Amino acid sequence: MGSLSKAFSSTLGRKLIMGLTGLFLSLFLVIHLIGNLQLFKDDGGKAFNEYSYFMTHFLPIKIVSYILYISIILHAVYALIITARNKKARTIQYAQYNGAANSTWSSRNMGILGTVILLFLVIHMKTFWAEYHWGGLPYVQYEMSLENPNVVTVTQLPFEGKELVHAEYVNVQNKTEVVVAKDLYFVVKDAFSNVWYVILYVFSMIVLGFHLYHGFQSGFQTLGFDHVKYKPIIDFAGLWVFSIIIPAIFAAMPIYMYFAQ
Amino acid sequence: MSGNMNLTLKVWRQKNAADKGQFVTYKAADISPEMSFLEMLDVVNERLVKGTQDPIHFDHDCREGICGACSLYINGRPHGPKQAITTCQLHMRSFHDGEIITIEPWRATAFPVIKDLAVDRSAFDRIQQAGGFISVNTGGVPDANEIPISKVVSDEAFNSATCISCGACVAACKNASASLFVSAKISQLALLPQGQPERYRRAQAMVAQMDKEGFGNCTNTGACEIECPKEISLTNINRMRRDFYNAKFFKEEEIN
Repeated sequence: MGSLSKAFSSTLGRKLIMGLTGLFLSLFLVIHLIGNLQLFKDDGGKAFNEYSYFMTHFLPIKIVSYILYISIILHAVYALIITARNKKARTIQYAQYNGAANSTWSSRNMGILGTVILLFLVIHMKTFWAEYHWGGLPYVQYEMSLENPNVVTVTQLPFEGKELVHAEYVNVQNKTEVVVAKDLYFVVKDAFSNVWYVILYVFSMIVLGFHLYHGFQSGFQTLGFDHVKYKPIIDFAGLWVFSIIIPAIFAAMPIYMYFAQ
Repeated sequence: MSGNMNLTLKVWRQKNAADKGQFVTYKAADISPEMSFLEMLDVVNERLVKGTQDPIHFDHDCREGICGACSLYINGRPHGPKQAITTCQLHMRSFHDGEIITIEPWRATAFPVIKDLAVDRSAFDRIQQAGGFISVNTGGVPDANEIPISKVVSDEAFNSATCISCGACVAACKNASASLFVSAKISQLALLPQGQPERYRRAQAMVAQMDKEGFGNCTNTGACEIECPKEISLTNINRMRRDFYNAKFFKEEEIN
């Protein structure tokens, strides 16, 4: 244990924690994105609400979610520790500094970009995650005809001081499959009816893109991985997948929700 | 002579390590574009001495780009605006008439200013002394092909060994990290057969000393690689990481 804590308190070890947590968070983004694609479905939020229920009640995912929370905290805390050391390593700044001549803007501003993302995460989790867990949320009932699954009746069940229970059953008499679910879709729709919220989300996704433009490939380097043959693949994925496509699709969600209503 | 330049120098002057220091502006009149940057400073200093002023102190030795003594942070970049050269190889033709040139020392807590533009780089010596060597006698120059080693690997080891320990990597890094220097010194031995017995002990000892000297963390900005006068590659840093993690997490007999 002594040698392990020594390894992780070295400059290389601390960066290893940053790299591992950062890459794990990047992987989470992919999963989060795939799940959230349900928002684009025109089904009154059925798929999205079912997905939300699954994500919060399936044990393996619950366990991973705790690893995720720990990763976010570790990533932020170690960023602070690392930045503090870096500041101490140069107490007198250069009068003239031409960083653009030798490095990307993203790589020099990871701390600022990360701080914006952290603030965004606080707002994001307060609006949806905390609301879903502890907020008094309305429920919604979906009734699908067993004969024609395309016929869905959506009934809003507003919050009346007491939460309902998630239920999935078959109503034999009416020949319908009924799903009663917490209506997170309503919360999402409600939030993104506010144009400022949409702007905040789009802006945050641009910031995320810049953060990942450096972060994704840097994470692999921190693990010591920079094979001459595979590094270009990582750089390509870092640029196109993680700093352009993923943030763009995430940003499309609030825009879509805003214009869809 | 026609074509000569008149320049304005903003030079960092600091009496000693305890002094606060400040920028002092000097006129450098009639400077030939064929002069090296250090020769330009020599001319300025001669004029200062004639006027019985204290000359500007700066480090220099070989003046042909191989010793690593010269430093200088010129217009926001270590070793000036050109790539892959040291300050002594920088010529005044890289500047234009009337230009204001800002000259600063390397800025790092681990490199305290001795006087003016000269900094104490003995932190690098201590890192080397912590493990940048082979403890046993490796004998004389071996016959060709006596030691089995491929051309690619020996080339790579040689590339790492071209590091002149000037400290431009630290100066360029926004975190004042010494990773490029330390990793080059680890790599030049880690790649060769003679370096194997102490490979993991060396990586740990040198990283530990680097941390002790107060250098910052490497955040992979790549600034060091661009500014390195010897074009030491970033891949050295990743090799250092692999050796370090290997030692710490996979080789229990090597942990120190």
